[in-house]
Amino acid sequence: MIASQNLRAALLSLAFLIVALGLWELSISSQGGSSGELTEYEMLMGISGSGTGVPPPSVIFSHAVEELSRPFYDGGPNDKGIGLQLMYSIARVMAGFSLAVLVAVPLGFVIGMSPVLNKAMNPYIQVLKPISPLAWMPLALFVIKDSGTSAIFVIFICSIWPMLINTAFGVASVKRDWLNVARTLEMSKLRTAFTVILPAAAPTILTGMRISIGISWLVIVAAEMLVGGTGIGYYVWNEWNNLDLASVIFAIIMIGVIGMLLDGMLAQASRLVRYQD
Amino acid sequence: MNKHFLQIESLAKRYPQPGRQADITVFDQVNFQMDRGEFVCIIGHSGCGKSTILNVLAGLDEASDGTVIMDGKEVKGPSLDRGVIFQNHSLLPWLSALDNVCMAVRSRWPGWSRSKVREHAARYLEMVGLKGAEHKKPSQLSGGMRQRVGIARAFAIEPKLLLMDEPFGALDALTRGVIQDELLKIWSRTQQTVFMITHDVDEAILLSDRILLMTNGPEARIAESVKVDIDRPRDRATLHQHPGYYAIRNHLVDFLVNRSRELQGAKIESPRSDAPVQPREVNPVAESGGRPLGPRAVPASA
Repeated sequence: MIASQNLRAALLSLAFLIVALGLWELSISSQGGSSGELTEYEMLMGISGSGTGVPPPSVIFSHAVEELSRPFYDGGPNDKGIGLQLMYSIARVMAGFSLAVLVAVPLGFVIGMSPVLNKAMNPYIQVLKPISPLAWMPLALFVIKDSGTSAIFVIFICSIWPMLINTAFGVASVKRDWLNVARTLEMSKLRTAFTVILPAAAPTILTGMRISIGISWLVIVAAEMLVGGTGIGYYVWNEWNNLDLASVIFAIIMIGVIGMLLDGMLAQASRLVRYQD
Repeated sequence: MNKHFLQIESLAKRYPQPGRQADITVFDQVNFQMDRGEFVCIIGHSGCGKSTILNVLAGLDEASDGTVIMDGKEVKGPSLDRGVIFQNHSLLPWLSALDNVCMAVRSRWPGWSRSKVREHAARYLEMVGLKGAEHKKPSQLSGGMRQRVGIARAFAIEPKLLLMDEPFGALDALTRGVIQDELLKIWSRTQQTVFMITHDVDEAILLSDRILLMTNGPEARIAESVKVDIDRPRDRATLHQHPGYYAIRNHLVDFLVNRSRELQGAKIESPRSDAPVQPREVNPVAESGGRPLGPRAVPASA
């Protein structure tokens, strides 16, 4: 039953894809062929004739095959393979995200253990959390003076909040009974933290990490558009400047795929720490 | 005065009442003693503070007044000398049954090797009849099996005093009976000193040497200490045929239905005015002269 359900869902997905791509392809080919005179705008832009609008899926597909056949080539500052650009972005996300883990998890632990600290920190968290990470960019650029590091800082600052809040919540809501067990066993604070509180809060912490990495991946594209140089965000902006829409659309799809993989990795990790009460 | 293993002296618990001057007194003037190897149950209606007394003994809660002295030392904070079996098993759900017990054993004897810890834990799991289920997670065990793991965990650290807070409250009657039997078996083998809270009169008679009866709260007291004068080993199947069984049972039920309310807040008379108020000692079996009593109808107007 479940197998046939999966099969039916897969077939339906495929059908949706074919219909959507088919409509896209058809609408462009019917439009592109009937272009008569050029508009003033098109003449100003130096666009001449057909093949300049939104590219059809077939073009994007052939472009994708070409790009993916040599993803890591490096032909200078503005000519790098899509794989290489994605690697830059992933590296920045990982750097900022890891730093955020190192800060948010221990800090969230302490906040979660102390109701007083929790109340004391709450106003700051509530004010800092809704700030768009990109709003930090000018300040980061000024203070850090390095665009690459600033991008990492922006990732750090946007991914810290969900983890901090979730860790504090997870730690604070560890069952009293479990803590009492640890107390009656005269377990030290440190041992209690690692053998009782951490495993008990791990699923909540992992959920926070999953939210954080999702946000990081959203933010890195915008951050790289600002700082430039390398990365998938820069690539998208650069291809827009080149009016290479096939590359832009291909990059959009790749951003989606990598985001899905990052989320999938953490979903796997949270499966490892999940427990059934 | 001879020294008892456990002495509870004028224990009291009060909570401040919001908006009012006077504190609310859950219980006070709680005095009782326990000897080594004794199995004592405490019965009383909800809200009389039984669990608070147990938590104070465990060191998890603090009394407003009074002292607890165990083995010549005052009880302050939790200790491995006092094992606790919680009402809802309190196993760590991410650990297997064996690892739950191992964690306790390792806390008790930090110097032991890994294999010695496992062997010790496995022995206690076997004692509660869980051989073969050592590697299951609590969620894969039935309610009764989980509580058995809790029992094994508490016995495995070989505490001087074992505290049980309604350990079988969440179990169905059949499972409860089986585990009571197992508890009796382990207890007779280890000669643990046990302090246990229960709501079940029959359970108390089956298991304990003495039953402490509490009046209703607030201002609850321990009014009576009822001796269960029935020889061991006791057998659930034939216990109710024992000549003294109904004498005890009727006494307990009568107390719970009628007198626990009447005595609420009343001062319990003490032989000497300066001596701490002790619960009245009762031995229903001796008082009935060992005559077999039938089940007596107890007025049901409660």
